[in-house]
Amino acid sequence: MITRDPIDVPYTTNPLLSLWYTVAVGAQDVGRATLLIVQSLAGVRRLFSKRGRPAFVEQLYTVGIASLPLITIVALFIGMILALQTGLELRRFNQEIFIGSAVMVSMLREMGPLMSALILTACVGSAMAAQIGTMTVNDEIAALEMLAIDPVRFLMTPRIWALVIMTPLLSFYTCVVGVIGGGVVGYTQLNIQWVQYFDIAIDFARERDLYVGLLKAVIYGIVIAGVACYEGFTAAQGAVGVGRATRSSVVKSFLLILILGYFVTRGFYNG
Amino acid sequence: MIKFENVVKRFGRRTVLDDISFEVVKGEVFVIVGPSGTGKSVALKHMVRLLSPTSGTVWLNDVAVSRADGLELQQAREQFGYLFQGGALLGWMTVAENVALPLEEKTAMSQEEIARRVAEVLEMVGLEDDGDKLPSEISGGMQKRAGLARAIVCNPDIVLYDEPTSGLDPVTSRTIDRLIKHLNTTLGVTSIVVTHDLHSALSIGHRIAMLHGGKVIEIAPPEEFIKSTHPEVIQFLEAQFITKTWRKDINV
Ligand SMILES: Nc1ncnc2c1ncn2[C@@H]1O[C@H](COP(=O)(O)OP(=O)(O)OP(=O)(O)O)[C@@H](O)[C@H]1O
Ligand SMILES: [Mg+2]
Repeated sequence: MITRDPIDVPYTTNPLLSLWYTVAVGAQDVGRATLLIVQSLAGVRRLFSKRGRPAFVEQLYTVGIASLPLITIVALFIGMILALQTGLELRRFNQEIFIGSAVMVSMLREMGPLMSALILTACVGSAMAAQIGTMTVNDEIAALEMLAIDPVRFLMTPRIWALVIMTPLLSFYTCVVGVIGGGVVGYTQLNIQWVQYFDIAIDFARERDLYVGLLKAVIYGIVIAGVACYEGFTAAQGAVGVGRATRSSVVKSFLLILILGYFVTRGFYNG
Repeated sequence: MIKFENVVKRFGRRTVLDDISFEVVKGEVFVIVGPSGTGKSVALKHMVRLLSPTSGTVWLNDVAVSRADGLELQQAREQFGYLFQGGALLGWMTVAENVALPLEEKTAMSQEEIARRVAEVLEMVGLEDDGDKLPSEISGGMQKRAGLARAIVCNPDIVLYDEPTSGLDPVTSRTIDRLIKHLNTTLGVTSIVVTHDLHSALSIGHRIAMLHGGKVIEIAPPEEFIKSTHPEVIQFLEAQFITKTWRKDINV
């Protein structure tokens, strides 16, 4: 419970002190969110118990299946856009047959994990923050605590693990659909044969790119669930509080995904 | 049994509880009244450390609940049943599942025993026919009664009732009053009741405390409470047409 008590910000009119409090509260927020993530991941055993399994399966379904239509459309068009842009550029050098490699590499390394993470933030993370925020505001979380049920393991563990498992899968799926989308553009716009396109695409696919992409997806999954649940658990009073928690979870997830994505890329591909 | 010692609670720049001290005695029905937004619910939450005081201490017997943590806090909380102001039922579970939740998570009772106990408490609150409905399918007053059923299902020593009768019709309200009184007299449940309903406060309470502007401005047994000379108390009494001649004539 200590990780979810609202942080008391002392009131002050001194601008310097107030800036200091903002920084201090921000640091405290990060620390507590991290702790919450560790606690929820550590609750993994509950997922396999008779009482915990249904909630977990439901979350897997919500995360994995519910966002599938949107992910398919977005992935398809991302692949098509990538193929068209690079294809038009490469055509100037009569090299358009290499669009397969361009699409494959950018999907595996960046676009697959990034796009699926952004969609999951918007579709799944926001709903999570809103649901848990509503439960906080309605004292349902407090009620769980009074019944000696740990809300973190009861609510957050199935959600975070569902995202940890589903984000890489969806990210891989995004890559596949994106590459197919690229092939469609290659065939219809650039006169590249299917076989040729896929030969080159698969030729340029590196295992390492796949693994780094999947690692990113796992990190994104943890970020999405961690931020959404933390914002939900710390939602302030009333419907306004729930709205703010939802918005803030989407904004923070977006930023963290972009920033962490950059650093992971830099870590694996320097020089 | 429960003692507030100079408890101050601030949210940002707002002081909600302003240096509050009082003690609830074991076995009594302690009623807290006061206008909306004076911190009655906040005070109740301090008793089980759902909120922590900015300064001051809340004691449960000789445990400083307001600083307790981990196992100590859990053991303290286990003595309590808590009816939240809005019922606080889990939306995706039926009424009966909600009520059964503490038994299933906390005790080693068999499914039949749990079902029997759940049916028993649902009948006590008059929801025997609504066990398999979802909270969204029943009225606010029924949700509150379901929350009450969940609060008492584990036979706690102390029950905190946050507005148990608000939003209920007068007849059901008196039934709930009778239930609170019944639990208190037959099982010795120490009860702390937050309410706006002075009729029920006067008829079930052993002592009534009035919270106003973050302070406890009056603590007295019902007979003395209605004779209080505090202007706020008088105003509060008169608003509900209770004069000094009010008699404890409700049969609870
Ligand atoms: N978690 C919180 N964060 C910030 N402010 C809060 C919080 N909880 C309560 N408050 C504020 O404390 C004040 C007292 O709230 P409380 O819910 O205790 O009132 P109450 O006496 O129970 O009123 P009512 O009769 O309407 O239930 C309110 O102004 C509320 O806005
Ligand atoms: Mg209240």
